[in-house]
Amino acid sequence: MRDVSIIGIGITKFGELWEKSLRQLGLETGLSAINDAGITSTDIDALYIGNMAAGSTLQQEHVSALMADYCGLTNNHVPATRVEAASASGGLAIRQAYMAIAGGFIDIAVVGGAEKMTDVSDSESSYTVSMGSDEQWESKAGATFASLHAMIAQSHIDEYGTTREEMSAVSSKNHFHASMNPMAQFPFKLSPEAVSNSGMVSSPLRMLDCAPNSDGAAAVVLCASDKSSKYTKKAIKIIGSGQASDTLSLHHRKYLNRMPAIGIAAKRAFESCNKKPSDLDLIEVHDNFTISEIIALEEIGIFKRGEAGAKILEGETKIGGKIPVNTSGGLKARGHAPGATGIAQVVEIVQQLRGEAGDRQVKNAKIGMVENHGGTAATAVVHILEGE
Amino acid sequence: MSVPRFWRELDTRYNLIGSYCKLTKKYHFPKRSFDPDVGRESIGTMEDYQFKGTGEIINCTVVHQAQTGYEMFGPYCMAIIKLDEGPKLTSQIVDCEPKTVKPGMKVKSVFRKLGEDSESGILHYGTKFILKEIPQIEDEDESLSNIEL
Amino acid sequence: MNGIVSYGAYVPGYKIETGEIASVWGADGSAWAKNLNVYSKSVPGPDEDVITIAVEATRQAMKRAKLTGDDIEAIYTGSESHPYAVKPTSTIVAEAIRATPNLTAADFEFACKAGTAAIQTCLGMVGHKQIKNGIAIGVDTSQGAPGDALEYSASAGGGALIIGREKVIANINHTTSYTTDTPDFWRREGQKYPRHGGRFTGKPAFFKHVMNCGVLIMEKAGTKPEDYDYIVTHQPNGKFPIRAAKSLGFTQEQFETGLLTPKIGNTYSGAVFLGLSAILDIAKPGDRILAVAYGSGAGSDGFDITVTDEIMDIDRSETVESMISRMEIVNYATYAKFRGKLNMGVTK
Repeated sequence: MRDVSIIGIGITKFGELWEKSLRQLGLETGLSAINDAGITSTDIDALYIGNMAAGSTLQQEHVSALMADYCGLTNNHVPATRVEAASASGGLAIRQAYMAIAGGFIDIAVVGGAEKMTDVSDSESSYTVSMGSDEQWESKAGATFASLHAMIAQSHIDEYGTTREEMSAVSSKNHFHASMNPMAQFPFKLSPEAVSNSGMVSSPLRMLDCAPNSDGAAAVVLCASDKSSKYTKKAIKIIGSGQASDTLSLHHRKYLNRMPAIGIAAKRAFESCNKKPSDLDLIEVHDNFTISEIIALEEIGIFKRGEAGAKILEGETKIGGKIPVNTSGGLKARGHAPGATGIAQVVEIVQQLRGEAGDRQVKNAKIGMVENHGGTAATAVVHILEGE
Repeated sequence: MSVPRFWRELDTRYNLIGSYCKLTKKYHFPKRSFDPDVGRESIGTMEDYQFKGTGEIINCTVVHQAQTGYEMFGPYCMAIIKLDEGPKLTSQIVDCEPKTVKPGMKVKSVFRKLGEDSESGILHYGTKFILKEIPQIEDEDESLSNIEL
Repeated sequence: MNGIVSYGAYVPGYKIETGEIASVWGADGSAWAKNLNVYSKSVPGPDEDVITIAVEATRQAMKRAKLTGDDIEAIYTGSESHPYAVKPTSTIVAEAIRATPNLTAADFEFACKAGTAAIQTCLGMVGHKQIKNGIAIGVDTSQGAPGDALEYSASAGGGALIIGREKVIANINHTTSYTTDTPDFWRREGQKYPRHGGRFTGKPAFFKHVMNCGVLIMEKAGTKPEDYDYIVTHQPNGKFPIRAAKSLGFTQEQFETGLLTPKIGNTYSGAVFLGLSAILDIAKPGDRILAVAYGSGAGSDGFDITVTDEIMDIDRSETVESMISRMEIVNYATYAKFRGKLNMGVTK
């Protein structure tokens, strides 16, 4: 197996990007990643696209060829592949490219993720997100995506005594981080009280516990590490990668208050590079709901089960704290554009490890983790990145 | 949703038909071709089973932002239910004040409309659940005692 | 003898009071309630319709007598509010009791007496040994236009009778009908709410048919009012059935058990089924029942029924009374939402 490095990154602002189409977003972010990497289109061996829902939101499938075409890669007939695993589509696309390069099939791949959630009505975009759970036996039965996470949260509250203040602290902390991220959808601070007093979506989850459905795109250029010096001096190595699955329906799980796929994907990633939770300097986790961030940190092994909430409330995951989490603002405040999210998370860690994160720079950041999952964590993908 | 996609699940949705694995003696809902615990060994040992339709609430939530097609219920209770035979499923709990529903409460199945393809499309029916015992309603209904025959 | 093998009933879990409806229209609620003798009416949930009610009532009937789908060879559902204009309710009921595919099924419509016409059809088929057991269902979720007098009474509910010749819990000794062309109440194809002839629905319509049919069935059976323990008639409001029963020579003791409209409103095709179910819930072997249905348009079906010893062998733990007692009161806003009376603008 060969080592793989990230040699270029690109990201759009996340949010309600009324003027921009899916193909524009893809092109914009792809070009900036290619420019950042210092490669030309003829250097690209393959294109991987993370996209969850173009079929249902835009009636457009075959997004891989669409992106290859609009990024000007069809002159060279570059192989283009779309990867879909609900909100884990982006992270999984990176893993496909990683495996292709590590396995020696190709040297350079561009991985892009893009999603347009605002070209449909609010109710349609919410239904689209719930397609990441079991459409037949959850969504169709009346379960919203929020309601499934509400039961996860309630179960965590019942089992561990997790509090409203702890969940509000997650959201408030992520907004604080986003206030220093110009690409964030919500670049402003939010008090924990505002979260606690926001409208009920599905008890006990409130409006400001939930990530938005955003438009956005992000891209990275992956390169075999032994060839990366030809293009850049600031390559970031992917030292660990892991992936796991779980039952699609939440109700088929033994514990409602756990997301074992995250724990197993993290364990596999740690094992692939002989690292452990204490080696990490920062993490981006998939906080589609505040409870998800709490559980993800427990699954990864940063905190013991039932203790993450209290540690977050104490400020341990804030920039300047013991282990900063979601310095980008996370899904809650940077925004959540399903297919792009997993890649945007990687972009954040790369910026941090390069020392280019501006006001939100984590000091001496050497090793960072990205956790990205789909549905109620029926797919989880974890990457560990290290500065060279 | 297309017509055949719903039609082929009718028996499962109307009558709670799942599977019983004769090898592991475990019940599954909806139907499975084999028991995931033992894999291919159980192929051929699965038989159709009609669940009694009784069970218990494992966890529940009051949904204020309704799923598409459920707007007229808002707010409503969604729950994960453990059927008496063992398998769990997700269902709406109807005909009750949503916030009175709590884990541990006993439920039973009812036949309800699940939705429709569109205003002119096919109607979808299936199973939902109600509380076996309705929590007591406090205020006495006085008007009924005044009925003159 | 041929007759009722089992019976099932269903009343939705919600109700609205007459005074609440009246307050929306600035009307005098207590006057309306007293005038109609309707104090509350059942309200179906947003996920209930004729099909779900038919299934629930039929499943209860099957459960009472411990029958399986294989025992059923015919299903006829009478209603004026079938959810589909084209596509039978009865096949869905058949599937939901696992009676498919070896049976015959069809939907009936004759205003409020479509269900009793289904009883007569089943009786004919059972009598000619074409089938062993058939199910006759009467259900409605009818609506009155907002503000119309019908809105105070039009409600939802229904029942199912399993008609057969073995283990009969109540013999149907005689049946007869009285039918004319009398346009007292109708709903045109594609219209949401029915229309009616106001006071024309009374004397030349309901009373003429119910009274004549009642006299005819007693002539046929050679009975007098005092031979009966119970009478149940169609009950569009709480007043008409009392006046009809009294005019036929029956007393309050005979008609009060089957009179449900004051509490649940007019369940249309479900009315006689529910009234009869409430009677069967408490009936003893040997009890004699007169049932007279009425459907606008117009016609009446009469039945002379005698309860048998077999009634003691079926499960009568779930009663109409218990269903009525669990009904939860809703306000007009909830009622309007549940019944699709809100204009939602553009539909999907």
